[in-house]
Amino acid sequence: MKRNWITYPYLMWMAIFTIIPLFLVLVYSILPVEGRGGGFTFEHFKRVFEPIYIIVFLRSVKLALISTAACLILGYPAAMILAGKHLSKRSILVVLFIIPMWMNFLARTYAWMTLLERNGLINNALEKLGLPVASILYTENAVILGMIYNFLPFMVLPIYSVLSKTDRSVIEAAEDLGATPFIIFRRITLPLSLPGVISGITMVFMPAVTTFVISRLLGGGQYTLIGNLIEQQFLTTRDWGFGSALSTVLMIFILLSMGIMSRYEKENEGGGLW
Amino acid sequence: MVKSFINRSYLFLIFFFLYAPIFVLIVFSFNDSKSRGHWTGFTLKWYAELLKDQQILTSLYYTLLVAVISSFFATVLGTVAAIGIHNMKRIPKTIAVNITYLPVLNPDIVAGISLMLLFIFIRLPLGFISLLLAHITFSLPYVILSVLPKLKQLNNLLYDAALDLGADPVYAYRRVILPEILPGVITGFLLAFTLSIDDFVISFFTTGSGVSNLAITIYAMARRGINPKINALLTLMFVSVLLLLVIVNNRMSRDNDRKENFR
Repeated sequence: MKRNWITYPYLMWMAIFTIIPLFLVLVYSILPVEGRGGGFTFEHFKRVFEPIYIIVFLRSVKLALISTAACLILGYPAAMILAGKHLSKRSILVVLFIIPMWMNFLARTYAWMTLLERNGLINNALEKLGLPVASILYTENAVILGMIYNFLPFMVLPIYSVLSKTDRSVIEAAEDLGATPFIIFRRITLPLSLPGVISGITMVFMPAVTTFVISRLLGGGQYTLIGNLIEQQFLTTRDWGFGSALSTVLMIFILLSMGIMSRYEKENEGGGLW
Repeated sequence: MVKSFINRSYLFLIFFFLYAPIFVLIVFSFNDSKSRGHWTGFTLKWYAELLKDQQILTSLYYTLLVAVISSFFATVLGTVAAIGIHNMKRIPKTIAVNITYLPVLNPDIVAGISLMLLFIFIRLPLGFISLLLAHITFSLPYVILSVLPKLKQLNNLLYDAALDLGADPVYAYRRVILPEILPGVITGFLLAFTLSIDDFVISFFTTGSGVSNLAITIYAMARRGINPKINALLTLMFVSVLLLLVIVNNRMSRDNDRKENFR
């Protein structure tokens, strides 16, 4: 069956709509600002490394790291319980983790807007209990909370899928040989689950570091992240060169972290979602 | 016993965290007053206002139109491509599969702005056509990735047998191969449809004035503050996506059952 030509339309499509556009981003990032001579320039990249933008970049990484860590701390025990053998109706519980993932992430973010508002449900409850009213919406904490809420299932599911494939007899052997539950966790469960942990971290960290919606809706535009900065360059200030340079840096950053992650994952014998 | 109690409570808390906001969102779409903090009585008026809101109706129309056309087109192109990729030799196959994974791994925002730059570069006005092209582009990989496994399960001799019995290749594909991989094709279609309805980031950058989908309208409304109409709209969207997923899921598990019966 040699009929390779039937893939040509698809490959053409991908070339035009995926590869050329990415190439265009690279081109715009080194194209000089209009009226300042020909050739190419690193002006835009120089701007990316100015202190104000470095701060934005570091803030994005910081918020993404905090929410990834929180997802891991909250999600790992949940995945372990889910994979535990004593649970009845396990498949239903797994589906319960999947459903929120399929709710539009705007909806999930908006839901927190209504909860965190100054006269929202949470503050009303605090008031009724005679507690001081907290203003959480439009703070950095609200952005972190939104990220944790949006991405928690992406941490739980890969860890669960690795843990549920773990060979029970290894753990039983360790029990027979007198290992304490803590040692079993540290020496068997945790190392075996690392591939799942790594794909979980990737799946939470990547969207968290690139988001511009969560920070806009829950941070109220005061907490500019790298995603917001890129959005502004293309839709408000129309500085495509700088926007493209930012996107290039973001893309390289993502690809590098993904490369490091996947190398690590290979050493631990694969698994996970891709 | 104590341990199992702790486990159950922990899972309960996590599910409470995940579902309470969605639940509140849905409940307050039926709330009489515009205030989000107090329950003042049941009403359907926000749903009624939805039906009167011209902007929302227009974006609903575009959302569905783009979803139907883009998922149909992505399914046809993707299925054909998957058959081709399946028949490729090892090295071109690896390259093709990796190209397929590229948009899945690329951050949404970069995909969005890169497509926007392309459309501006080729002087295509941002609007319905650009939105459609963008949606086809991001759904294609998902169609291919749901058809490829079906092709792998396929018995290669079926096609040869059809040819031996005098079918020409096109006829053999249409009457022998297609029915065999159809479950994967339909799953791919439904996946593409759901992704299209749900997409915000890529649409946000690739559409122009006058044309927006529901997600973009919701973002624009939410940026201005809170409005119970958004609750009503999100509730309806949640319910429809959920229904679609139940259908997809049933299909997948039915396929798996069938596979097991054959063994």
